[in-house]
Amino acid sequence: MVSRLIPFRDDPIQPSEPTPVTITFDGEPLSGVVGQSIAGVIMANERLGFRRTSANDAPRGVFCGIGVCFDCLVVIDGVEDVRACQRRARDGDVVTTQHHTLPEGEGS
Amino acid sequence: MIGSVIIIGAGIVGASCARSLATRGVDVTVIDRSAAVSGTTAGGEGNLLVSDKAPGSELTMALHAAALWPRLSAELANELGTFPDMEYEQKGGLVVATTAAGASPLLSFATAQRDAGVQTEELTIADALRLEPDLNPAITAAVFYPQDSQVQPVIAAEALLASARRHDARVLQNAPITGPVLSADGALVGVTTPTETVRADAVVIAAGPWSGEVARTLGVLLPVFPRRGIVLVTSRMRHRVFHKVYDADYVGAVGSDDAALQTSSVVESTAAGTVLIGSSRQQIGFDASMRTEVMAEIAAKALRLFPFLADHQVMRAYGGFRPFMPDHLPLVGPDHRLPGLWHATGHEGAGIGLAPVTGDLIAAMMVGAEPELDVAPYSPSRASLAPFLTEVA
Amino acid sequence: MNQVLIIGAGPAGLAAAQSARRAGAEVILLDSSDSLGGQYWRHLPESRPARKESALHHGWARFQSLASDLVSDSECEIISSAHVWAIETGERPVVHVVIGESDGQSRKRMSFHPTALVIATGAYDRTLPFPGWDLPGVFTAGAAQALAKGERLAVGHRVVVAGAGPFLLPVTQSLAATGSRVVAVLEANRAVPLMRGWLPKAWQLLPAASKALELAGYALGHIRHRIPYLLGRTVIAAHGTTAVESVTTARLDHNWVPIPGTEKTIAVDTVCVSHSFTPRLELALAVGCQLTPERFVQADRRQETSVPGVFAAGEVTGIGGVDLSLAEGSIAGHYAAGASGTNPSLERKRAVFSGFAARIEAAHGIRRGWPAWLTESTTICRCEEVSYGSLCATSQTTDSSSLRSLKLSTRAGLGICQGRICGRTVEDLLARQTSSGTLTDGSVSDRRPIAVPIRMSELASPPEAHP
Repeated sequence: MVSRLIPFRDDPIQPSEPTPVTITFDGEPLSGVVGQSIAGVIMANERLGFRRTSANDAPRGVFCGIGVCFDCLVVIDGVEDVRACQRRARDGDVVTTQHHTLPEGEGS
Repeated sequence: MIGSVIIIGAGIVGASCARSLATRGVDVTVIDRSAAVSGTTAGGEGNLLVSDKAPGSELTMALHAAALWPRLSAELANELGTFPDMEYEQKGGLVVATTAAGASPLLSFATAQRDAGVQTEELTIADALRLEPDLNPAITAAVFYPQDSQVQPVIAAEALLASARRHDARVLQNAPITGPVLSADGALVGVTTPTETVRADAVVIAAGPWSGEVARTLGVLLPVFPRRGIVLVTSRMRHRVFHKVYDADYVGAVGSDDAALQTSSVVESTAAGTVLIGSSRQQIGFDASMRTEVMAEIAAKALRLFPFLADHQVMRAYGGFRPFMPDHLPLVGPDHRLPGLWHATGHEGAGIGLAPVTGDLIAAMMVGAEPELDVAPYSPSRASLAPFLTEVA
Repeated sequence: MNQVLIIGAGPAGLAAAQSARRAGAEVILLDSSDSLGGQYWRHLPESRPARKESALHHGWARFQSLASDLVSDSECEIISSAHVWAIETGERPVVHVVIGESDGQSRKRMSFHPTALVIATGAYDRTLPFPGWDLPGVFTAGAAQALAKGERLAVGHRVVVAGAGPFLLPVTQSLAATGSRVVAVLEANRAVPLMRGWLPKAWQLLPAASKALELAGYALGHIRHRIPYLLGRTVIAAHGTTAVESVTTARLDHNWVPIPGTEKTIAVDTVCVSHSFTPRLELALAVGCQLTPERFVQADRRQETSVPGVFAAGEVTGIGGVDLSLAEGSIAGHYAAGASGTNPSLERKRAVFSGFAARIEAAHGIRRGWPAWLTESTTICRCEEVSYGSLCATSQTTDSSSLRSLKLSTRAGLGICQGRICGRTVEDLLARQTSSGTLTDGSVSDRRPIAVPIRMSELASPPEAHP
């Protein structure tokens, strides 16, 4: 287990019991808690790399966590270019991997 | 006999002149007031077009350019070896009318262009949609121009400069021109910069929209004016726009004398997966501030052509200043008012495409060879320019 | 009544809002997040209340008091989820905003025409590239904090924290408190530069005693958690196939050049790294503000920038921490509201904490030798996947000293983050390739006329003008 959500009962700051939230990521249901970001829900479910780059097909996930690096882009309900770290998860969000290959040149 | 030349301006036109001259054995010094390729060329989209030009001398030049570019691109790639790819692509241009009233003017225009030697294909709406499936099906007419091409303008200019350097051209940067050097009989035989005096048999002004300023420093009036344009850049998306696509009202905007904002939709994708969206024209001097209403108008018009763009993000906007000539023709050739002074400027929005032909014409004229085109229409002494040469600066 | 628009609701913006209100101005406070506090006071959303949330923060009581003051004030309009995407200049600046979730669609466009503007947009981690930094599992130090404080997520299990500066300490404490095992904290600067920065006239720091206590608390926290804090060492490579599995660390000389033979490999799954900070300058540049030689927004003793009526406060004027941000914000708000008179105690506070900031820079700034740890294939521009080798090769074959030309030839900085992560690094590396050592076309990567991406349909709709 790499990244994880601190279980509320173990958390020294004594949070109240959270409300669960479920999204799907590439068709698979992922659980988190209300108030979490999409990135947080994905990471709490042990996925660190959830986007693929265009030129090298390399995995990326959260890098800066505050919305400046744009590495954590996902597609939500068909809308592209959503920073997962800046969007709060809503029950039923359909999230998919964002991956654009580069266009083939007409001459190549 | 011209054995040495100073070229003022290291943008694509200056770079092209430099290469054309240096490869013919002429001693070349290019001088730029800033870093090379930092001006208009760096704000260009990379359009190599015949589609937007009415029959006339500019179109003649553009047709020659269309034939020249693929050879040039291959030559440079061969010569330079490892060098960034200038992404030359003969992707073709699709011009569409978006109003009922716009259909027949487009078709008549295309007919006239065809008679002047341009390859045009009038398409049915269905055929246009086969070429561009995401195009708004409510278009009223469509013409395809297979000769329209694309290049990455900055890399092309850097390649031309690199080639010129290989033929011993010098490129002086961060060196603004401070004044002329005149011979005893009043000919221009050099220029001064803050740190040196450079002498040559001829001086070419290839400074784009700043050519007027440079000319004034050298003692002559040149009616070249800046015409502002901006381009929106979307984030990367899957490939959905396959050619250059324009609204047929583009031609009207280019040829207009109106100083107020003219926008006309131009949309194309890039090798990087982004979509470039233009275009705007405004005569506001050198005001480089970004105006949101210009961006909004460009965006709105592009959505009429490609409704799918609505949900895509604009991540960047950039702008530049085109060199505008009051009689709408590039200025290429010797200045009749000052021996030793030449011009290679005033290409408005066609500078990227017309640069190689311009360089070749300048070189041919200077070495005494037969230019590939009749140069009279581009001459500074042409009749249509005369009224503007006598106005007070 | 003067209308003061404040961009950014972190410590500086909140202090400016309160101060402007006390001086009698109408205030509009914009923030792109859906809650107040900025990065420093990033906290759990209302949907996740916690009894002892204050334990995660410093100055929590101050934050709560500022926030409740402003929220209950009818002359303070707080607009959350407000993304300033452009500012136009003219007789007065016009601030263009889309309101709605980040990267949303069909958000509402608005334009604001305030009497005065306060820019409090803050700063973010500057992380230098190293081989493998683009692997999942490598985060900025700020990401670890944001996820820990904002949603109680521990970014990793076995973590190494590396980089430079005192910010590494609170990050380590946050990580340890989330149950992560921090195997080491690596400060790149050696003992000597740190002492030179901190010791000269140390008595000047006495008024900043609370800051010193804060840092001492971190050090004590370290002892309690038994985390090694090593000087003159850093991560020079991360390794793994789909995510981080280990890192290579090395000792550095005083110029940050790795010393051969000192490499060690540690098995970790997470790297949190921050070498410096980059201020968020695009809005200040859009409105015409001059920058200082250190590339922050220039502000005078009234916190007014070079543009009359435009003020700046907080990390955007210089990295100085929360106390400096609060002092600057209060001063900015006061003068932005059109008030006169001075506040000597506030100005003294500002002076003390400015001194503190200068010490931090002297002790912990980036040293010149760091590119020695790069390899040809190290990714420099993450968005466009441009390698160090490619940057150098293009620079050499074009012989260009134009940042604009080189960006277009390499694609570095042209991706969706628009050079926020790689910009200053690309400028540094390309400048070193030129014969003069500088890029001369005058462009800067901090300039972004479109400050945040906006959907085409949003851009095409006309804005509603705020009264």
